[in-house]
Amino acid sequence: MIVYADNAATTAVSEAALAAMLPCLGEIYGNPSSLHTPGQRAAELLEEARGGFARHLGARPREIYFTSGGSESDNQALRSAAALGARKGKRHIVSTAFEHHAVLHTLEALEKEGFSVTLLDIPPDGVVTAEQVRAALRPETCLVSVMFANNEIGTIQPIADIGAVCREAGVLFHTDAVQAAGHLPIDVEAMHIDLLSLSAHKFHGPKGAGMLYARQGVALQPLIYGGAQERGRRAGTENLAAIRGAAAAFQEACRSMAEEAAALTALRDRLIAGLTAIPHTVLNGDPRRRLPGNVNVCIEGIEGESLLLMLDDAGIAASSGSACTSGSLDPSHVLLALGRPHEVAHGSLRLSLSRYNRPEEVDHILETVPRVVSYLRSISPVWDELERGARPHLI
Amino acid sequence: MALYSEKVMDHFRNPRNVGKLDHPDGVGEVGNAKCGDIMRIYLQVDPDTQVITDVKFNTFGCGSAIATSSMATEMIKGKTLSQALELSNKAVVEALDGLPAHKIHCSVLAEEAVRAAVRDYCDRRGIAYGDELRCAGHCDTCGHC
Repeated sequence: MIVYADNAATTAVSEAALAAMLPCLGEIYGNPSSLHTPGQRAAELLEEARGGFARHLGARPREIYFTSGGSESDNQALRSAAALGARKGKRHIVSTAFEHHAVLHTLEALEKEGFSVTLLDIPPDGVVTAEQVRAALRPETCLVSVMFANNEIGTIQPIADIGAVCREAGVLFHTDAVQAAGHLPIDVEAMHIDLLSLSAHKFHGPKGAGMLYARQGVALQPLIYGGAQERGRRAGTENLAAIRGAAAAFQEACRSMAEEAAALTALRDRLIAGLTAIPHTVLNGDPRRRLPGNVNVCIEGIEGESLLLMLDDAGIAASSGSACTSGSLDPSHVLLALGRPHEVAHGSLRLSLSRYNRPEEVDHILETVPRVVSYLRSISPVWDELERGARPHLI
Repeated sequence: MALYSEKVMDHFRNPRNVGKLDHPDGVGEVGNAKCGDIMRIYLQVDPDTQVITDVKFNTFGCGSAIATSSMATEMIKGKTLSQALELSNKAVVEALDGLPAHKIHCSVLAEEAVRAAVRDYCDRRGIAYGDELRCAGHCDTCGHC
């Protein structure tokens, strides 16, 4: 049995998305910027896709900009808001310590360019509050950027409340909705969102397709200069196949959202109950205010990469926040921001489900993980010390 | 997984000499749980010939940490203590058909674990040794130690 439980990393392209893409890789090859009939046919399809995104987000089509993905959208949103702020002499940005690196690293770059950044601390439940945001605002704050849902621990942030605080203070509000889009209801008007990033491959669309919503009146600054595509804000001939696939996947995800969320929540809660029954294992993030498909636990006495390799041998594709899987010497910044000690953060396991996961796959995970954990603990000197009392249990 | 060679995966999946010795003559532990890897090596040594008659390991760490522990213990089993001290991390890497660049650290840890176990054996027996047996600090690459 092959169980793909890494849907927060990427998802399988849905049949509907693939069907929408194929004609654009075949007979519909015109350039949407061309005046002739093949070009105008492509332009129609492009605008149809734009309209679809606008409808499901409560936005207007002219507020939708297609990009190459979540990272580009985040970069452009932050840089645009920063540039608008700088023009008014406002050079302070509020964000959180557990944002995606597409946000954190852009903020680091902006800091080098003279902006000051306040990163909000993450409460133990993994949910920041609108009050935290309000308290961090200064007269010179030009932007607040808070992710809709965290990519590692899945916790959902109070976006509407934060949006209201920002609107009241007259500060632009960006949300990285890469993990939330297609999985949670989003209404940019009701939630007072000025800028929103999403990425198609997180909701069964293709990779290389993203979208940036920018409320009318929020002028985007191009990252890529060239032609007049995307109202002059994002040059380059549009990747129509990917954009069509993204729009089809988004429509499908939005239509089946409630039903899928209910099914996934049931599977998720079974996984959480089963995994936290392993001794010295804790759930990361609030058990309820989290994405329907996200499970993230820390398991004491073992290291995440060896766990992933053994799960892979058992047909289970998962992920971890251990240093060895992050490619750096430190474990996940999200788990550290949540207050997990290094030695505990190294033993994290993230399982992220999608509509394609079946209940029997959850059974397979729940049979396999405890077996693998007890094997790895049996060869772990850390577990040996924990059991002998030579090292205190941290969880 | 393409990250590791077949050899590494074999030693990860079927580690040699995994376990503990009830009455070891020397135990060496290196690494730091904060950094995500700890290796502990147990030695049984024939006091007359100084031959390592048995060796076991326990490792907390990634796939390559477990595989390098397995390979290093294989390479010193049946060898004399001085031969074991000649084991270099390079030799372990070569025997495993290579490691990704960011995993070379694990092989250094294996070399240091062997050295720490031999040092412990010498300490227990009151055998004098020189600087070559002291911690070279090579595993201190993570800033947490």
